[in-house]
Amino acid sequence: MKVSFTVNGTPRALDVPANTLLVDLLRQHLDLTGTHVGCDTSQCGACTVHLDGRAVKSCTVLAGQLEGAVVTTIEGIGTPARLHPMQEAFRACHALQCGFCTPGMIMAAIELVEYGAIDGSDPAAVRRRVREGLEGNLCRCTGYQNIVDAVMQAAGKMR
Amino acid sequence: MTQTAQIRSETGAGGHGIGASVLRKEDLRFITGAGRYTDDIDLPGQAYAVFLRSPFARARIERIDTDDARAMPGVIAVLTGRDMADDGLGDLPCGWLVKQKDGRDMVAAPHPPLAHTQVNYVGEPYGVVIAATLYDARQAAEAVEVDFTELDPVVDPAHARHSEDIHAGVLGNLAYDWELGDRAATEAALATAAHVTRIELVNNRLIPNAMEPRAAVGAYDPGTGEHTLYTTSQNPHLERLVLSAFVGVAPEHRLRVIAPDVGGGFGSKIFVYPEETAVIWAARKVGRPVKWTAERSESFLADAHGRDHVTHAELGVDADGRFVALKVETTANLGAYLSLFGSSVPTYLYGTLLAGQYRTPNIHVEVHGVYTNTAPVDAYRGAGRPEATYVVERIVETAARELGIDPAELRRRNMIRPDEFPYQTPVALQYDTGNYQASLERALELIDYAGFPARRAAAAARGLRRGIGFSCYIEACGLAPSKLAISLGAGVGLYESGEIRVNPTGSVTVFTGTHSHGQGHETTFAQIVADRFGIGLDDVEVVHGDTGRVEFGLGTYGSRSLSVGGSAISVAADKVIAKGKLIAAHMLETVPGTIEFADGRFGQPGSNQSLSFGEVAFAAYVPANYPDGLEPGLSEKAFYDPANFTFPAGTHIAEVEVDPETGVVEVVAFVAVDDFGRVINPMIVHGQVQGGLAQGIGQALLERCVYDEFGQLRTGSMMDYCLPRADDLPDFTIDTTVTPCTHNPLGAKGCGEAGAIGSPAAIMNAVTDAIGTNDLAMPATPEKVWRALAR
Ligand code: FES
Ligand code: FES
Repeated sequence: MKVSFTVNGTPRALDVPANTLLVDLLRQHLDLTGTHVGCDTSQCGACTVHLDGRAVKSCTVLAGQLEGAVVTTIEGIGTPARLHPMQEAFRACHALQCGFCTPGMIMAAIELVEYGAIDGSDPAAVRRRVREGLEGNLCRCTGYQNIVDAVMQAAGKMR
Repeated sequence: MTQTAQIRSETGAGGHGIGASVLRKEDLRFITGAGRYTDDIDLPGQAYAVFLRSPFARARIERIDTDDARAMPGVIAVLTGRDMADDGLGDLPCGWLVKQKDGRDMVAAPHPPLAHTQVNYVGEPYGVVIAATLYDARQAAEAVEVDFTELDPVVDPAHARHSEDIHAGVLGNLAYDWELGDRAATEAALATAAHVTRIELVNNRLIPNAMEPRAAVGAYDPGTGEHTLYTTSQNPHLERLVLSAFVGVAPEHRLRVIAPDVGGGFGSKIFVYPEETAVIWAARKVGRPVKWTAERSESFLADAHGRDHVTHAELGVDADGRFVALKVETTANLGAYLSLFGSSVPTYLYGTLLAGQYRTPNIHVEVHGVYTNTAPVDAYRGAGRPEATYVVERIVETAARELGIDPAELRRRNMIRPDEFPYQTPVALQYDTGNYQASLERALELIDYAGFPARRAAAAARGLRRGIGFSCYIEACGLAPSKLAISLGAGVGLYESGEIRVNPTGSVTVFTGTHSHGQGHETTFAQIVADRFGIGLDDVEVVHGDTGRVEFGLGTYGSRSLSVGGSAISVAADKVIAKGKLIAAHMLETVPGTIEFADGRFGQPGSNQSLSFGEVAFAAYVPANYPDGLEPGLSEKAFYDPANFTFPAGTHIAEVEVDPETGVVEVVAFVAVDDFGRVINPMIVHGQVQGGLAQGIGQALLERCVYDEFGQLRTGSMMDYCLPRADDLPDFTIDTTVTPCTHNPLGAKGCGEAGAIGSPAAIMNAVTDAIGTNDLAMPATPEKVWRALAR
C-alpha cells in the first residue's frame, strides 16, 4: 500500500505492505536506526517514538495506520550541537550506559514531562510517578535511578 | 564520596583527570540515535538467516527434509548441522579444563555448533535457512521437515546423576566432581564446633537479557579471502581465536571480527555461539553477506543462562562466636553443553571465594557439575561470586540469628583485620589488601542502623513487617596471573593489551583489547591517558572492538577492563613518556637522565626551557633534530599480565517492608559501600553499582528461569520472565571506601559486578528478617513470601 506521513518534519511517501511495522519501516526503509528493537512481545520500549505527539511502541504500529501521521524519532528531537533538554539531561545524569534502551527511554521521558506526569510539589511522590511512568521501558544497565534524575532535571528546563 | 557530592564536568571545572566525574564521550552518539549496533549494519547484497531450532529438550534427529524449503521463493540455501560437519568445522570448545578431585580431566561432551545427530535443549539450532529476505527465510524455515525421536529429558539438576545419560560416555551426566580445601580438617572442626548452622540454598537460574539481542553479520571476500564478522561480542579477539583455532571457520589472519556498539552483555556476549559461527560459514558458502538478529524469544532460549546452583552448607562457630569451619556442597547445572567458560564459573570463580571477608580457618567445598537438557549455563554478571556470596552471607546471617548475636557484630568479630593483609585464605586466594570494617561501619552509618528498631516499630504500626539484611561480599576480579590461570586449566592467558599511538600533531589514539558495551571505556581510558600526558580529553580517542584495528585482547568480563586493560594502557603511557624524554633531552641539548615530564611538558627541573608533549610528538615524526640511533615515531604498546587478582569488597545493607496481607516486598532503603580501590571516574563507577544492584535485586525478588518437566522453557518471554522495571526499584545510597590495589599501576580493583554480587544476600536476609522465617528461596515473589508467612 501507499502511505504518506511525516517523519521528523520531512514528508514521506512509501509503498510498503500494510502490515509493515512502523519500527521496521523506520529502520529498514528510512534508515533511521536510532529506534531499536529489544523484544518481540511489546514489552521493552526500546522502539518508542512519538506518533502525533504521543509516545508509542513502534513495534505495535502498522504502516496501514500511518496515513497523515506525524512521527518523531530520536533523530528528530535534537542534534549534537543542539540537544533536546532531555538528551542533555540523560548525558549530564549518566542515565545511559550501553545506550540501547536510551532512544526509546528518552522519547518516553519527553512525553512524560510534556503530559505533566512530573508536576507536583512533593519530590518523592514525583520521583515515584516518574518511575511508574517509565515502567513500559526496560533498561538492563542503569538501575533507572539516574534516568529518574535525568527526567527530573530535564523537566525543569522543558517548562 | 556519596552520590550527591559528585561534581560532574565536561572537561572544565573539576578537571578531567583521574578521579573526576567526567561526562562520557560516547554519550553523544547514543542520545542522538547515532549509535551503531550490529543490527544497524547492512551490507550490500546481504541475505538473511533464520535458524532451525529444536522444539524438544532431548531428541534424536532421524531425518531432515529440506527439499520443500529449498524450493520456496527467495531461498538461497538450507544448511544443516550435517553440512557443517561435512565442511570440516569443529566443535565449540570449553575454554577451561577443570581437573576433578580424583585427578581426572572433566568430561566435556562434544558441542557441534549445529546439532546433527541429537538435540539436547529446546532452542538448540540444528540448521539455518538463508534467504533473500527475512520473510522468505522465516517462511522456508516453517517448511523444513524433520523426524525427531523424542528421548526422556533430564531437567532437574538435583536428579541428573540418577537419570539417563544425555551424552554417550558422560556417566551420570557428571561433567566433573571438583573440590577445594581440606575436607578432613573442615569436618573435624565442624565436629567439635560449639554451634553448627546448616542451610539449604537454591541459587535461581537467570536469563541475562541484555537489551540488545545478539546479532551477527558475516561477509566473505573471495578476492582477498578475508572474512569479516560483525557481532555482538564482549571479546572479539577471543571470538576470532576460537572460530579459527578450534572451529576452523577461517584462518585467524583472514578473519576480522568487529564488535561495534554493543547493547549490554553482562557475560552473555562473552561466549562463542553457534549462530555467529553459522553466519560467517554460510556467508562464504552462499557467496553473499549473511545477517542474523535474534528475536527476544531466541535470546531466552539460546543465550547462555546464569547461576542455577543447589547447595547445602554448614558453618561451625566456637563459643566466642568465631567461625571455625565452612563446608559447602553444591550441584551446579551446566546445561546441555559446556559453554566457553561454563566449567570455571562454579569452580574457580566460586569455591575460591567462600572465605568471604572472614578468617574462617577451615573451608572445604565440593561441586558436582552436571549436564541437563537445558540451555548452556555460563558466566552472568558476577559469575560464581554472587553464588559464593549468597552462601557465605546467608549462612552467616542465619548463624547470627541462631546465636542471638547482632549480625553486624558477628561479622565484625570474624572479619580479616586491616593489619592481616596480605591474607592467605584456605581456598587458594591471597587477598592483597582491604579494609572490610571501614565499609561495614560506613554502611551502618548511612543506613542509620541505630534507628532501625524505631523504623521497624513504625512499620508495624502501619501493619507492615520491616526487616534489615546485610551482605559483606568479596570478589576476585581481573583473573590472573596468566601462568596461574593456565596451570588451573584456563585455555588462554588473562593479560590485556594496550597501545598508544601518538599522532604527529600530538593527538593520541589508544587501542585497547577490552571492549566497552556500556562501561564507558572511551571516557575512562581517555581520562587516564589525558591525565598522564597533560593533554585535553578531546585529544584522545579510544579504539576497541575490532580485530582489524586492535592488535590483540581478551575482552571485557570479570570486572577486568580497568584493572588489567587500564593498567596496560598505563604501562604503554610510561613507555611513551620514556621515549619522549630521550627526544626532549636531545632537543634541549642535555643528558637524557635529567629530563622530567610533568603537566604536559618535558624539561629539566630548575630550567625554564621545556617542550610541550605536542612538540616532542612532532619531532618524533619529523626527526630533523633527533637523537642518533633512536627510531622515529611515538607509538608504544604493552601487554599487562597482573601479578594477582584484585579483591573489591564492601557491605550492602537492605531494608525492606513486607505487606503480610499480600506478600509484596518493597525495598525501602538500600546502602552499598564498596571498595574498588582507586576510582578514575566516580560517576561511571556509581552507574555500574546501580546497574549491578538492579540485577541483584532482580534475582532476589523477580527473576526466575523455569523449565517444565519436559524441558520446555516456561519463562521464554518478557511477559513470563520478570525483569526489574523502574517502579520495582528504590533509589540507592552509594558510597565508596578506598584501599588501593597493591599490585597494579592504577591501584584499581574493578567495579562492574559488585552490585550483582552483594545485593541478593542482603535482600534475602532482609526479607527473611522481616517475615521471621528462613524458609524462603529466591526470587521472593509475593506468592512465596505470603506462603512462607502462612506456614
Ligand atoms: S521492540 Fe517494541 S516494545 Fe520491545
Ligand atoms: S543503557 Fe543499556 S539497556 Fe539501558
